[in-house]
Amino acid sequence: MATLDRVAIPAPLTPVHAARVLVLRNFIVYKSAWKLFLTGFLEPVLYLFSIGIGVGQLIDSFEFHGEQVSYAAFVAPAMLATSAFNGALLDSTFNVFFKLKYEKLYDQMLATPLTTGDIARGEIAWGLIRGSVYSAAFLVVMVAMGLVESWWAVLALPAAILIAFAFSAVCMALTTWMKSWQDFDKITLAQMPLFLFSATFFPVEAFGDGVLRWVVEATPLYRGVVLCRELTTGVVTWESGVSVVYLVVMGIVGLLVVRRRLDALLLT
Amino acid sequence: MISARGLRKSFGDFEAVKGIDVDVRKGEAFGFLGPNGAGKSSTMRMIASVSPVTSGELRIFGLDPATDGPAIRGRLGVCPQEDTLDNELNVFDNLYIYGRYFGIDRATCRDRANELLEFAQITEKAKSKVEDLSGGMKRRLTIARSLINNPDLLLLDEPTTGLDPQARHVLWDQLFRLKQAGVTLVITTHYMDEAEQLCDRLVVMDKGVIAAEGSPRELIEAHSTREVAELRFGVGEHEALAEKIEDLGDRVEVLPDRLLVYSDRGEDVVTAVIERGLQPIATLVRRSTLEDVFLRLTGRSLAD
Repeated sequence: MATLDRVAIPAPLTPVHAARVLVLRNFIVYKSAWKLFLTGFLEPVLYLFSIGIGVGQLIDSFEFHGEQVSYAAFVAPAMLATSAFNGALLDSTFNVFFKLKYEKLYDQMLATPLTTGDIARGEIAWGLIRGSVYSAAFLVVMVAMGLVESWWAVLALPAAILIAFAFSAVCMALTTWMKSWQDFDKITLAQMPLFLFSATFFPVEAFGDGVLRWVVEATPLYRGVVLCRELTTGVVTWESGVSVVYLVVMGIVGLLVVRRRLDALLLT
Repeated sequence: MISARGLRKSFGDFEAVKGIDVDVRKGEAFGFLGPNGAGKSSTMRMIASVSPVTSGELRIFGLDPATDGPAIRGRLGVCPQEDTLDNELNVFDNLYIYGRYFGIDRATCRDRANELLEFAQITEKAKSKVEDLSGGMKRRLTIARSLINNPDLLLLDEPTTGLDPQARHVLWDQLFRLKQAGVTLVITTHYMDEAEQLCDRLVVMDKGVIAAEGSPRELIEAHSTREVAELRFGVGEHEALAEKIEDLGDRVEVLPDRLLVYSDRGEDVVTAVIERGLQPIATLVRRSTLEDVFLRLTGRSLAD
């Protein structure tokens, strides 16, 4: 048997240090499975090509906040928001459920100085990073294709990160209530309409002036989509501020709920 | 190291631990014995600072788990009942990342992981997936992982359940060495030979309370006789014969296939039985074991 040297016991981790270690763990897992990373990135790119550019050739430019924009330039920022949304969703739902129920990964972590707060922050940080990587890559595609019309677009990446944060946190919170894989049908059920109707492919005016439009305008992905669109087309309004506050609040509430739920589920 | 006073744990209406007092001293190997559902694992989880205490007082290293959980856990090694390894990481990374969870720096984690691979005798499996390991290897990896932070106190919940005899002996050997190195061990088990081998002191738990406490030797002296005479007669005769030899020992226990006579002088019992004209098919005189104490205290019926 090898002799085991004593190591000094380090002080408990700071929240930032703890989140970094959790991200490192996920990074090591994905280093060997980087191809899985591609799918989340390709989906919005394919939509951009088929609908934004393909269908876009059939459509004349139209007005967005009083500015003339091409259809592709209209769809592209929506796909940017969607890529952040997809990336965040993938990790914070299926992967978190797997780790929580099957792998008992969080139980392992709780045998160490890590706390439920550390786990919540670390996993959400990872979802956020994954969403952000997709968005950054997508933004590069947009710039390359000339679909960015303003310097405001520099802020589109932080906006996408904010979207990833908000959805990571809320989806992870919802996942803590999931009992079986069947429950994930509900996630898909919410994901599709959000993706299709958050003014992603057509302007919100198409919903008329009734209640429906109000409902759409109050959904989180819509806030993300308009925020990105305002930034890449350069028509920033007071509405942009509303979207930012909306998404920040959503993320923080999600984070707090995740922490409380992990306490209830794991610290019994 | 550990001090509990009136420690209780309830889950809704169910009371798993009903007020226990325990003291574990530095450097000793302490055992929790008991049938399933006795409250051992609940107690272990409270000590591991992942399960809030319902009432009573619990101190680990003099700290309160309710307020100093992370600090306590930083000095603990926890080896859970099931091997909860990280199946998405390879064997080496399981140790490495686990060390990082403690805030141990990269270089130390790497060195330590390599040392522990050697300790667990799985160095050649460093790059393997966890699922490719045998049951014994997984167990050794789980135990190795619980040592990554060089714990002052190691909690082992049923450490050898499901292992073959060879693997159990290797593990006992390793635990013994850790004890020699000054690590305090707390073990739950329902293998009596394991408790006798490893534990300096132990408590027998039953239905959430402590039924007995002491060293294995003391417990045998207090709750059993020095020897046991096992007498086998024809099927169905045992009940009736028990009455005839009742006076020969301190206690006679009737089992479906044999009679157990508890006495300090087992051979004399056998001689006396034969002198009375009874003819057992087979006899065996053995020393009392912890198992006799355990069954005496917790009964022979199934707990769950």
